[in-house]
Amino acid sequence: MKSGDGVRAISITTHNGRQVPRIASELNRADRLGDFKVRLALGRMRYTIEPGIYAIGEPTAESPVFVSANYRLSFNRLRSGLVGHDGWILVLDTKGINVWCAAGKGTFGTEELVSRIKSVALGEIVAHRKLIVPQLGAPGISAHKVKEQSGFQVVYGPVRAKDLPAFLDGGMKATEQMRRVDFPFADRIVLIPVELISWGKHILCAAACLLVLAGLRRGGYSGRLVVSEGVRSVVILLTSYLAAGILGPALLPWLPGRAFSAKGAWIGLAISAALGLQSRPLWKSWSDRLDILAWFLMIPAVTSFVVMNFTGASTYTSLSGVRREMRIAVPAQLICAVAGFGLWLAGRFV
Amino acid sequence: MGRLQYLKNVVTLKLDVAKCTGCQRCAEVCPHGVFAIENKKARLIDLDSCMECGACQNNCPADAISVGAGVGCAQAVINGFLRRTGPDCDCSGTCCD
Repeated sequence: MKSGDGVRAISITTHNGRQVPRIASELNRADRLGDFKVRLALGRMRYTIEPGIYAIGEPTAESPVFVSANYRLSFNRLRSGLVGHDGWILVLDTKGINVWCAAGKGTFGTEELVSRIKSVALGEIVAHRKLIVPQLGAPGISAHKVKEQSGFQVVYGPVRAKDLPAFLDGGMKATEQMRRVDFPFADRIVLIPVELISWGKHILCAAACLLVLAGLRRGGYSGRLVVSEGVRSVVILLTSYLAAGILGPALLPWLPGRAFSAKGAWIGLAISAALGLQSRPLWKSWSDRLDILAWFLMIPAVTSFVVMNFTGASTYTSLSGVRREMRIAVPAQLICAVAGFGLWLAGRFV
Repeated sequence: MGRLQYLKNVVTLKLDVAKCTGCQRCAEVCPHGVFAIENKKARLIDLDSCMECGACQNNCPADAISVGAGVGCAQAVINGFLRRTGPDCDCSGTCCD
């Protein structure tokens, strides 16, 4: 199998004599390690599986067909939802992207589904004409068009693969709860590493700039200031970034406001306030006052931006809503960041 | 903890009840319980929870639903702005996994 390591396949012979690769439904150690690694953003672009048809258990021409994406994390979830069941898995080519995102882009879509049904000759492998498509694939699929173009009827399965056994045992009926997407603590927490890494490079660049510029002073450059003021600035910036990247997702329901940028700004204001209190003995000189004011502007700008970017990972934000909040938030973040940086720089020279 | 709710009065979802045939597909595919079926017609019962994923529109055989579907992702809006295209999420699975 071209998809390489991890999924060990042997084949199964269908009722009409075709060979179809068979995979175990139980995840092995390599699968679990792979799933863990993508959560840390390691090699997620290569975490794919060859599109096509796979057998799970001992399927016959009557066994159900499950449709999945060729992102291995999605595929593995489906596998573990099917432990103890026999069936066929039709893997669409979604360019290695999960079902929901791919459905939004249309790669997990009617056209790809219909052409994949034909290319694997699904009609010859199974005798029935039913497909179980994950509900989150629905943004890309038109059930009635699939029926028209392929003869296969789409049944929308539950949102989460772990509900599949109950769905199958209940005669392919999903309960209200199986149809709903929520965003509980555990789901938010696993997204933190990938979120932090996504802007990490930019933040480290900004930190390096602060470190170098901290040495500036009236009439020269001081290496001692780099060590004292520069390191302090880097610590403040990185702390703010980490706080927003971790506390934003973790405390999402409890942070005030509905807009993510507002939720993020509150984290920044809290950090700024703590910083202001901590450095109060220093407020006597103008350079210290400028410094505090500068951070009061820069920190919320950073934290607001970071949490605003978590909209993409969340499960309930609309494009119209994101656009509306960005129309106000992005200019505000830019003004605060630029003004704050200006004050911070000016503080070197007074 | 209450249910997480996003901004109010902003989504573009529209339902043309006259065209609705009561097939219930919209209520089935919606991940946020926006629709209910009453007297064999769909009704919007929680419009503000809509995330504009477009599932209902795509699966409505009567063409009774319209929504400016897209991904509610700030990064995608930024990408679209910088490249002067529409919102483009090249998250490659980082977003919603």
